Amino acid sequence: MSGFDELRLDGVRRRFGGQDALAGLSLTIRRGEFIALLGPSGCGKSTALNCLAGLLPLSEGSIWQDGTRLDTLPPERRGFGMVFQNYALFPHLPVRRNISFGLQMRRLPRDEVRRRTDEALRLVRLEEHAGKLPGQLSGGQQQRVAIARAVVLEPSLVLMDEPLSNLDAKLRLEMRTEIRRLHQTLGLTTVYVTHDQEEALSLADRLVVLRDGRVEQIGTPQELHERPANRHVADFMGYRNLLPMKVKAVHGSTVTVDGSGLTLEGVAVGALSPGDDVLAGIRPEDLHAGEHGVPVTVEVVEYQGRELAVEARTSAGVAVHLRAITRPAPGDQIAVTAEPARVLVFPS
Amino acid sequence: MTRVALRHRLAERGIDRQLWLLVPGLACVLALFVYPFAYGIGLSFQPAQGGVFGAYREFFTDAYQRDTIATTLGLSLPAAILNVAASVPIAYRMRGRFRGKRLLTTILVVPITLGTVLTAEGLLNYLGPAGWFNRFLMAVGLLDEPVRLTNNYWGVFFSLVITGFPFAFLLILSYLSGIDPTLERAAATLGAGWWQRFRRITLPLLAPGLATTFCLTFVLAFSVFPSAVLVGDPAGTTRVISIAAYHAAYEAYDYPLGSAIAVVMGVVELFVVAVVLGLRSLLYTGSTGGKG
Ligand SMILES: Nc1ncnc2c1ncn2[C@@H]1O[C@H](COP(=O)(O)OP(=O)(O)OP(=O)(O)O)[C@@H](O)[C@H]1O
Ligand SMILES: [Mg+2]
Repeated sequence: MSGFDELRLDGVRRRFGGQDALAGLSLTIRRGEFIALLGPSGCGKSTALNCLAGLLPLSEGSIWQDGTRLDTLPPERRGFGMVFQNYALFPHLPVRRNISFGLQMRRLPRDEVRRRTDEALRLVRLEEHAGKLPGQLSGGQQQRVAIARAVVLEPSLVLMDEPLSNLDAKLRLEMRTEIRRLHQTLGLTTVYVTHDQEEALSLADRLVVLRDGRVEQIGTPQELHERPANRHVADFMGYRNLLPMKVKAVHGSTVTVDGSGLTLEGVAVGALSPGDDVLAGIRPEDLHAGEHGVPVTVEVVEYQGRELAVEARTSAGVAVHLRAITRPAPGDQIAVTAEPARVLVFPS
Repeated sequence: MTRVALRHRLAERGIDRQLWLLVPGLACVLALFVYPFAYGIGLSFQPAQGGVFGAYREFFTDAYQRDTIATTLGLSLPAAILNVAASVPIAYRMRGRFRGKRLLTTILVVPITLGTVLTAEGLLNYLGPAGWFNRFLMAVGLLDEPVRLTNNYWGVFFSLVITGFPFAFLLILSYLSGIDPTLERAAATLGAGWWQRFRRITLPLLAPGLATTFCLTFVLAFSVFPSAVLVGDPAGTTRVISIAAYHAAYEAYDYPLGSAIAVVMGVVELFVVAVVLGLRSLLYTGSTGGKG
C-alpha cells in the first residue's frame, strides 16, 4: 500500500442531517506534495480530512488512488497516517509503544519494529522520553509523539488536523519548521489542515481555501497571496481593509473607485463596469501614511515591534487599518496612499 | 468586612465552614451505621461459652456452617463474573449514538426496578417445572421431562444475574463513554482492526472500571438472601452465609454467633475486593481522555 502517483478526490460531499459540511470537493494530490486545507472554523476542514482517512463515510463522490477506489475501504486498510487535533495518544502506553503500535499491527519482525521505532524517536528527538507515558509529556513533546506515530509506518499520505493549534507561539514556529523538514527528508505526501493563513502559506506547496464546505480557491501560496479569487479569500489572506466603494472609471484591468471617503486606483478582479458596487481590498502594510493622499483621523495605535498598527477613520466614518513607522497620536490627521497594483477591487 | 476576612483566613488553613453542614448527616451515619457495626463486632467476641473466639471457633469447626462460605462464593463469584463479562460486549456495541439507544438502555435496566421478590416470582412461573420454558421445550420435543431450574443453585444464579446485570451494564457503559472515541480512530488509522482496537486500546483503558464494577456486583451478590430462600434450596445447595447468620441470630437466638458470621462475611468480601483492587493497581489507572 505504499506510494501512489496521484490521489484524486472526485466531488466528495458529506452531509450531516441535511446540512452540507463538505459540498463537492474535487482535488488531485500528487505524490510528494504538501497541501494545506485552509478556512475559518466550521468550514469543513476536519470533515474533509476524516473523509480522506476513512473515519467518516462519504455522502456522495469518490476517492481514487491511482486506479483503485479508496472510499469503500475502512481506515485500517487505507494505510494513511493521521495526526489528530488533540493528538489522541494512547494514554496507557509509553511513548515507545505508542510509536510502535502501527508496526506491531502489521506483524513486522521484532527487531525491525525496534529499529524503526528507534529511528522515529531519533527523528523527533524524543529518545530520553521513550519510557514515559503521554500524560507525563509537555504539549510539544506529545505533538512530536503523534507525528512520529503517524510517520513511522512510512504512509503513502499523512493527514494532519491542526496539529499546532494547542501550542504556544514560539513552539508553534519551531514545530512548523520541523514538520516541513520531516516532509522533505521522508519524502512524504501531506495534507495539512489549519485556520492560520501564515502557517498554510509557509508550509504548503498548494493551498485549498474552504468556506461553508465549498472550495473558494486552489493555488500556490504566491497565487493566493497576490491574487485572491474573491473577497472571502482576500479577507482570509490578510486583506484587512475591505472598503465598500463604487466604480467610477474602467481602463482595461485598472479601475478607479471611490466611496467610504476615499478615491483609489486598483486592479479589477473579474469584469466590472462603472457604477458597480465593489469592495476594495488593501493589506494594512500596503496602505502608507505619507505627505499627500487622503486625509484620515487616527483612532487607535498599537505597538508591534518593528512598526505600529494604526486604526484610522475616513471622513465618511469607515475604519481603515494601516502600518506606520513613526508614532501618530490618536486624533491626528494623517494622509494615506496605496499603490494601484496593491489594491484589488472585487465585485460585491 | 471582618467576616469575609475570617472566612479567607480559615480557607487558607483549609477549613471550610460550610462543611459544618455535613454534621447532621455524619451524626446519622455514626448513630445508624458505625455504632451498630462496632456493637456487632463487640458482640461477636462475647459468646455465652468458649472464650473470646468461641463464636468464631463454633462457626469454623462446624462443616455445615463453614461450607456456607464456599456455597456463597460459588454463587456470587460466577454471577459477578458473568454480569461483567456479559455487560462488556453489549455496552461496547452501545457506546456510540444510535436511534433507539434510550429505549434499549431502559429495557436492559428495568430489572433494577423489580425487587428480588418479584424477580423470584417471575422465575418460579417461567422456569419452574410447570413453567412456560419447560412446557415449550417439551412441546417442541427437546425434553421428555422438565429440567429443574428453580429451587436449586440455578434459580438463585439466574436471579443474581437478572438483578445484577443492569448495575454492571450501567456502570460499564458510563466507563466506556469516558474513553475518548478518537483513540480508537487513531488505532484504526494505524492499521488495527476492530478486535485489535478493542483488545489493545479499549479493554486496557476499561480494565480498572471492570475491576470496580466486578467488586460492586460481587458484594451485591455475596449478601444474597431473599432469592436464596425463594428460588433456591435454602436448606442445602443454596444455604448461603446470610442464611446461616439469620438462623443463628433469629432462630437460635445466638446473637454472638450471628454477629461472628456477619463479621466473617465482611472479611471474605473485603478479601475478594482487596485482591481485585490489588490486581487493578497493577494496571494503568490514569486519564482515559474522554468526557469522564
Ligand atoms: N458529527 C457531526 N454532526 C453534525 N454536524 C457536524 C458533525 N461534525 C461536523 N459537523 C458540522 O459540519 C461543519 C464542518 O465541521 P468541521 O469539523 O469539518 O469544521 P472545521 O473546519 O474542522 O472547523 P474547526 O476549524 O473549528 O475545527 C460544521 O458546521 C459542523 O457543525
Ligand atoms: Mg476541525
